Amino acid sequence: MNEPATSACSKTRNPFTGVEANAVGVRVDAISKKYDGVTVLKNVTFDVQPGEIFVMMGPSGSGKSVLLRQISGLEYPTSGTVTVDGMDPCLEETRYRVRIGLVFQAGALFNSLSVYDNLALYPREHRSGGEASIREKVMHALRILSLEDAARKFPSELSGGMKKRVSIARSLVMEPQLMLYDEPTSELDPVMSATISEIIATLKNEYSVTSLVVTHDRALALTIANRVGILMAGRLVTLGTADDLRSSTDPRIVDFLNPKIDIEHPRFKKLEAQEKDTS
Amino acid sequence: MKRIVSILEGVGSVVQLLVKSVSYAPTLPRQWARFVEQCYLIGYTTMPIVSILSFFIGTVLALEAGYSMEGFGAKEYIGSLVGLSMARELGPMMTSVLLAGRVGSAITAELASMTVYQEVDALTVMNIPAARMLVLPRLAAILVMMPVLTVIANIVGWFGGAVVARYVSFVGISSESYFAALRHYTKFKDVIYGMEKAEVFGFVVVLVCCNIGLSTRGGPREIGAAVTRGVVVSLILILVLDYFVTKVLM
Ligand SMILES: Nc1ncnc2c1ncn2[C@@H]1O[C@H](COP(=O)(O)OP(=O)(O)OP(=O)(O)O)[C@@H](O)[C@H]1O
Ligand SMILES: [Mg+2]
Repeated sequence: MNEPATSACSKTRNPFTGVEANAVGVRVDAISKKYDGVTVLKNVTFDVQPGEIFVMMGPSGSGKSVLLRQISGLEYPTSGTVTVDGMDPCLEETRYRVRIGLVFQAGALFNSLSVYDNLALYPREHRSGGEASIREKVMHALRILSLEDAARKFPSELSGGMKKRVSIARSLVMEPQLMLYDEPTSELDPVMSATISEIIATLKNEYSVTSLVVTHDRALALTIANRVGILMAGRLVTLGTADDLRSSTDPRIVDFLNPKIDIEHPRFKKLEAQEKDTS
Repeated sequence: MKRIVSILEGVGSVVQLLVKSVSYAPTLPRQWARFVEQCYLIGYTTMPIVSILSFFIGTVLALEAGYSMEGFGAKEYIGSLVGLSMARELGPMMTSVLLAGRVGSAITAELASMTVYQEVDALTVMNIPAARMLVLPRLAAILVMMPVLTVIANIVGWFGGAVVARYVSFVGISSESYFAALRHYTKFKDVIYGMEKAEVFGFVVVLVCCNIGLSTRGGPREIGAAVTRGVVVSLILILVLDYFVTKVLM
């Protein structure tokens, strides 16, 4: 189990070989996004260098998933621009030139297809190789994520964490040049989380895959990140290396990275106190 | 005013989807398996209900014709009435109505759920356009299956009429004279005319249902709303188009 991604990748045929990885960069330029008058992203600007691992953190509801939708070209921002390798990610031509893998927060597996077919869909549709080579690729990706036994299962028969892993495996089979992860470790145990970190690091180190990782997982963020950004209420409040972040004195960031757990005064007790005040 | 704008927007997005799907037509041979699957789902599974419905439409037509024509001793012409009404109007019409209820609702539900659960987004990111993988095989399948369904509806309906003509005592004409009249007045071009109508209705139903499914926004609750909208819009379109297509083809 849990074969280290590095050794797996040194084999000659695997999901990552043959990727002549011309690393791609991402530029997010002053984007804002409004849904029905509610502004979810506010003037966010940053870039992800080719071959870099950029980690975006932030509290729940701060707009991280929405940001990934703009970068992956699923939606246009209300204002500002996003470019991937200098091109508009919403255009079909861009998708032909740059392979973008997106690991959805909820997995977004194809429910009518088995796990195996979920992974095989991309190479089949884009006619990359015969069925035998596709099989090899798919099984290899499944092995990396310890999913060999699930190949014949359907998404409805998987646990939450398994769905997440299938979703990651499905993106790996695409041999992506840019990987976008939405909470890749949120439903996984520590061992599997470590595997995911290894995968992200290996993709960068050996194949110069540019990665943008959205996560709440501080350990993951501070280990793999070249740079970290923190998004709060739709605004990018800080941007720097992991060390910059650790040494930051901004109280919002300190609180976010080191949340205090105060068992003596749980939230509902405070609420009870408030209620007493008002009555 | 808002309603008109939203109707126009709907028409626009349907046309866009059509153009996009048709532009992927060269990929159809590669998608053979999906095409066959859709033919099975759209055509084969609809056959039993189309047959049952057409049979009883045929019987009712023959009954009513027998009742009204008895008065002026024209019972021998029942065959022509059933033959022509089935081929030119009721066959294509009722097949399309069934299609809207059975296939249109299924297509809308499937595509709406794929949209709501981000499967369509996943396809987009993988550069597999929904118009190519989800819409095109369905459109191709309906074009192939609609004439088949219509012919089945016609034949079963004609036989339904024959059964009534022969066995219901107050009508009571022989099968020979029923079919003689049917053959004499129902020409091949009438059957073709009915098929053309059916082809238009079926294509529009599938296209509109695909579009409504793919433009679903929001949560699981919207899937149900989308299905209702798909069926209602399809039925309205069939009835409205029926007039115009009839007018054009006449
Ligand atoms: N399609 C939409 N329509 C309207 N509002 C939306 C839509 N998508 C997201 N939002 C709003 O945008 C805000 C940010 O959502 P987002 O999903 O990006 O949060 P997040 O940072 O990914 O949170 P989490 O860590 O919990 O996944 C939320 O307040 C949400 O209600
Ligand atoms: Mg999110």
